[in-house]
Amino acid sequence: MRPLAECLEEARTRPWPEPPPGRVERALAGEGGSEDDLRALLSEASVPHLEAMARAAQAITHRHFGRTIQLYSPLYISDACENACLYCGYSARNATPRRTLSLDEVDRESAALAATGIRHVLVLSGESLSACPEDHLAGAVRRMAPHFRSIGLEVQPLGEEGYAALLEAGADSLTVYQETYDPRLYAKVHPAGPKRDFLFRLETPSRGARAGLRQVNLGALLGLGDWRRDTLCLALHARWLQDRHPGLEVGVSLPRLRPHAGRTRPLAPVTDRDLVQILTALRLFLPRLGIALSTREAPDLRDNLVGLGITRMSAGVSARVGGHAEPGSAVPQFEISDPRSVPEIQAMLRAKGYDPVLADWPFPPS
Amino acid sequence: MRDAWVIDGFQVSNRLFLGTGKFGSVELTRQALLAAEIQVTTVALRRVEPGRPEEDLLAGLPRDCRVMINTSGARDGEEALRIARLARAAGAGTWIKVEVIPDQRHLMPDNLETLRVTETLVQEGFTVFPYMSPDLSMGRRMAEAGAAAVMPLGAPIGSNRGLRTRELVAIMVREIPAPIVVDAGLGTPSDACECMELGCAAVLVNTAVAVAPDPPALAAAFRLAVAAGRQAFLAGLPPIGQAEASSPLTGFLGRS
Repeated sequence: MRPLAECLEEARTRPWPEPPPGRVERALAGEGGSEDDLRALLSEASVPHLEAMARAAQAITHRHFGRTIQLYSPLYISDACENACLYCGYSARNATPRRTLSLDEVDRESAALAATGIRHVLVLSGESLSACPEDHLAGAVRRMAPHFRSIGLEVQPLGEEGYAALLEAGADSLTVYQETYDPRLYAKVHPAGPKRDFLFRLETPSRGARAGLRQVNLGALLGLGDWRRDTLCLALHARWLQDRHPGLEVGVSLPRLRPHAGRTRPLAPVTDRDLVQILTALRLFLPRLGIALSTREAPDLRDNLVGLGITRMSAGVSARVGGHAEPGSAVPQFEISDPRSVPEIQAMLRAKGYDPVLADWPFPPS
Repeated sequence: MRDAWVIDGFQVSNRLFLGTGKFGSVELTRQALLAAEIQVTTVALRRVEPGRPEEDLLAGLPRDCRVMINTSGARDGEEALRIARLARAAGAGTWIKVEVIPDQRHLMPDNLETLRVTETLVQEGFTVFPYMSPDLSMGRRMAEAGAAAVMPLGAPIGSNRGLRTRELVAIMVREIPAPIVVDAGLGTPSDACECMELGCAAVLVNTAVAVAPDPPALAAAFRLAVAAGRQAFLAGLPPIGQAEASSPLTGFLGRS
């Protein structure tokens, strides 16, 4: 079997001609189509069909996920980072004070977040094994467990044993963005730190799946490179994981590059229209894919994207370490565009006829 | 004579079972249950949230509704057993709809694991409703294990495609002594009616109602269709005629 990196690189570099007349309509008629269907849906020729794509995406999403949106919130436990990503406020080259929460602080932060009603939480940290080693992460997950129903990890990529230990501590899912599937661009925007290892990062979701985590979420940072090719690779990566791990819930996030403490401008901007095309094409290609929309997007756009394929939304977000118990205490990873509280997001979803689901998991973390 | 199905001493006269997932709100779920006068429903333990009535599906149920807690989220038998035991410990009752889904792409159940869970839960005193892919041998084994009903799927879950497994379900209805309840895939009231005409004991519907423009109204329509199908089954359906102009095979008899 060919390795993942080889499959994705072959797909990424293959010529991508405009589809012939009628090809987009054919791709639209099906559900869960081929790679060529996806290429047609992501092409320029699909733009006039965006409304039809949106309708199809909505119908598929309703059948598979219903009129429900799962709410989650990140909890930042450390902004220490050894990487120097050109697009990120946590870059080691930004001379800002860094902080890692103690376990007691994690407990307080968890209590403050849980008091808002949030039950699905995502533990976030920069990538620094010296400031936030694996046993500290495991300790943090254990202290969070009594407060939440489900604990996801968005921390430095670990080995299979590391994920197994965090699973044991109570975590059940993993989020890791490849940022871009273009290895040359990847090297350019990640000039220093452990994140330079493209292949180790690419294989991270597979290691998490083998360790027994039940859900993995992938992402490409839209705006870094060619969004059509990055979205194609993102979708093929998700399908590759589904093929090899039938019990795994695979999801994606659609982060767009936001202004931050270092650089502020996206290298290759993705418009709202592009984002709608990405979202609906992904839904048509992978009908049961979880799709998350973060608070990087503005309220108005988030509200409008709800019915087009989104299954999860963050709410009540603070992108700062310790930001729930002590608001305004640190530098954020990025500027959030949607500062609405959990009750405000719930009210918006209810007004649109969607049930905002806070608890959607049978087991307490243990 | 009243046509009731008695489960654990509970008289079921409305043979439409309605699931509670995928609705746009807990209140809309409740309205659909009321509109169709539902007696038996199913709730995922994953959606039970004590202390938050706006989010807790269990708290929103009409008073006289009996609940099968379902094991949604279980990827193997061990997880399904754990959910069932958690449900009982939480006071959510002992009726369990067993769902063991190791496949996230198609959400197809694992019949072998489901059988094992059914055997264990029946021994532990639960009333067990296993959801399964239609299969005569497995259905028989589940019935022998003491399942209150065997619940084959009509089509892939959430597909609204109707009774695609009709031939297999019809055989199960004829051969298995336990009640057969078609669960998953039904899209229209006429699909539900078809199941009942075949002799199914009940149908369980969810997605079709939950994502309809007017869930309570469609739930009520499903109820009428289920009642009509049941009445037709009890009355007996007339033979379907075939237009034959003559008797080409036996016409020679009595000719001389």
